[in-house]
Amino acid sequence: MNTLATLAPRRFRPGFWTAVFAVLFLAFCAVTVFRYTKGLGAVTNLSDQFPWGLWIGFDLLCGVGLAAGAFTLTAVVHLFNLKRFEPIVRPTILTGFLGYAFVIVALLLDLGQPWRIWHAIVYWNTHSVMFEVAWCVMLYTTVLAVEFAPVVLERFGFHAPARLIHQLITPLVILGVILSTLHQSSLGSLYLIVPSKLHPLWYSPMLPLHFYISAIGAGIGMIILESYLSKRAFHHHLEMDLLEPLARGMVVALGIYGLMRLQGIARNHAFGTLGSYEGRMFLVEFMLGVVLPVVLMSFRKLRTNQDWLVGGAFLAVLGFVMNRLNVSITGMEAASGTRYLPSAMEIIVSLGLVGTGMAVFAFAVRNFSIFPEGPVASRPKEPAVGA
Amino acid sequence: MGMGLLFDATRCIGCGACSSACKEQNKLPGKVEEVLTAYTWTTVQEREGLNVRRLCMHCEVPTCASVCPVGALKKTPEGPVVYDAERCMGCRYCMMACPFEIPKYQWDRPVPVVGKCILCAGRIKEGQPTACAAACPAEATIFGKKEDLIWEARTRIRQKPGAYVDHIYGLTEAGGTSVLMISNVPFDKLGLKTNLPGEPPAMKTWQVLSNIPDFVAVWAVFLYGVHWITARREVVAKAGASGGHGQANGREDRS
Repeated sequence: MNTLATLAPRRFRPGFWTAVFAVLFLAFCAVTVFRYTKGLGAVTNLSDQFPWGLWIGFDLLCGVGLAAGAFTLTAVVHLFNLKRFEPIVRPTILTGFLGYAFVIVALLLDLGQPWRIWHAIVYWNTHSVMFEVAWCVMLYTTVLAVEFAPVVLERFGFHAPARLIHQLITPLVILGVILSTLHQSSLGSLYLIVPSKLHPLWYSPMLPLHFYISAIGAGIGMIILESYLSKRAFHHHLEMDLLEPLARGMVVALGIYGLMRLQGIARNHAFGTLGSYEGRMFLVEFMLGVVLPVVLMSFRKLRTNQDWLVGGAFLAVLGFVMNRLNVSITGMEAASGTRYLPSAMEIIVSLGLVGTGMAVFAFAVRNFSIFPEGPVASRPKEPAVGA
Repeated sequence: MGMGLLFDATRCIGCGACSSACKEQNKLPGKVEEVLTAYTWTTVQEREGLNVRRLCMHCEVPTCASVCPVGALKKTPEGPVVYDAERCMGCRYCMMACPFEIPKYQWDRPVPVVGKCILCAGRIKEGQPTACAAACPAEATIFGKKEDLIWEARTRIRQKPGAYVDHIYGLTEAGGTSVLMISNVPFDKLGLKTNLPGEPPAMKTWQVLSNIPDFVAVWAVFLYGVHWITARREVVAKAGASGGHGQANGREDRS
């Protein structure tokens, strides 16, 4: 408790968002109790026809995907040696780690018998994509924790282990990039086995590559978004000189991804289905989440404008989330012969996790050197924004 | 090739003896339901004036067994695809992936497991037919060696031309199954999936998974190579700027 007391932020005053996060968190806890005592059926709208819902489609697929900024940026800084991006590495790794923590909590709720999660370590089935996913989650969460550890270690004065991690950063980053490549793509591979179930607008033998490349695009989008949100919350200045070139990278990733998607649909002869329910969902996802951000962010004028840049990044992230929900829900509905809409309690869990993640991020920014300026709580009083 | 079942939809009288026998054999609670559930492993549905059974097809290369991360589902040499409830952690990938949509879940329980027909694996081991086949009064479901069943199905189709659709459902579907079906009505009208590939779906993922070791090696070398080149370039640039020879170990301290 002593350490916690010294950690207590000096200028922390609970406001509107604290209240929102607190309410969400309490609701989340209530649903959790309900889920473990009454079973999945009492809490979710899942069924024998639709065994995977929001917790897989959003919490797992999006949680992992939106953490992709971490491996992308560590590769840029430590492997491609573009050291000027260093100042935004820490918040990105933190986002990645929280994303993975989010995924693990969601898995503990979604698995029928989560207390057996260790079975994946003991009983091997190397033919299963889920086995690969399980190992990637375990290993990459560990890598992210180690990559983030220096921040915590330095805060408490353990400089020797922090230096050791600095020295091992290259192999660590390489390991992280490999695991991420496998993990991001394996989430697409999960759906390779359902060619007769997933709608041809989304099914493709190239699904692993679709998932990988779109995650890079959305991961970069998340870096930009999270910088913007931090700026608003903590009066942290937006590094436009770093984010603008990242947006260019996002355009390239999304552009390649968009072409691959069109190629896949052409190969499936599925353009004729654009008028259907699935077709409309696809058009919204693709136009709003791929075409529009690529077009907007291709203009230097818009990339260098803070509002447009954040807007473009938001669209890319939104498009990514829509894609994962379309693959896991919209595209699977027709074959299942049923409609699936998440229950209120499923939504509460997802929102509760997002809220908790943001609250932990805020806590970390207040108390640790996440941004180059150091912990927010120890900074001198700053002038109001917009001054 | 193992043992299997042959179901002849033209012979089924819809009495439901198979479903009841299954419930009794496997100690499943509740009444027989119209659709498969975790507690109803086989049921008889009426389609196009025919009675058609629903049950696990017991694939030769089962999709469920290939996707299960902990290997809780397995194909036995005798034919049944069996389920080890003690291993299952409840990811439900089997339900998602099964091309026949067979595995079902105990949604109502806090400690749930998957439920599906296991082709009375215990009885088969003892040399007995499955409970459903033993209970069938009309010989609509018969038990036997799969090759004998294929022979029997072919004979029935050949002997009464026009009385059957000229296809044995399960011979090629999803790579072939231990349960076979014949009918005088096209199979899609009986509610059976007819858009299934002849190759086991498991092959699609194995093509990707089997390449992972090679991929990891190449990717690791490539990534380290990139680091080596970029770090070296920086050293050379620094050396050039200062006019002297820089240290060539390519390492740069982050702080």
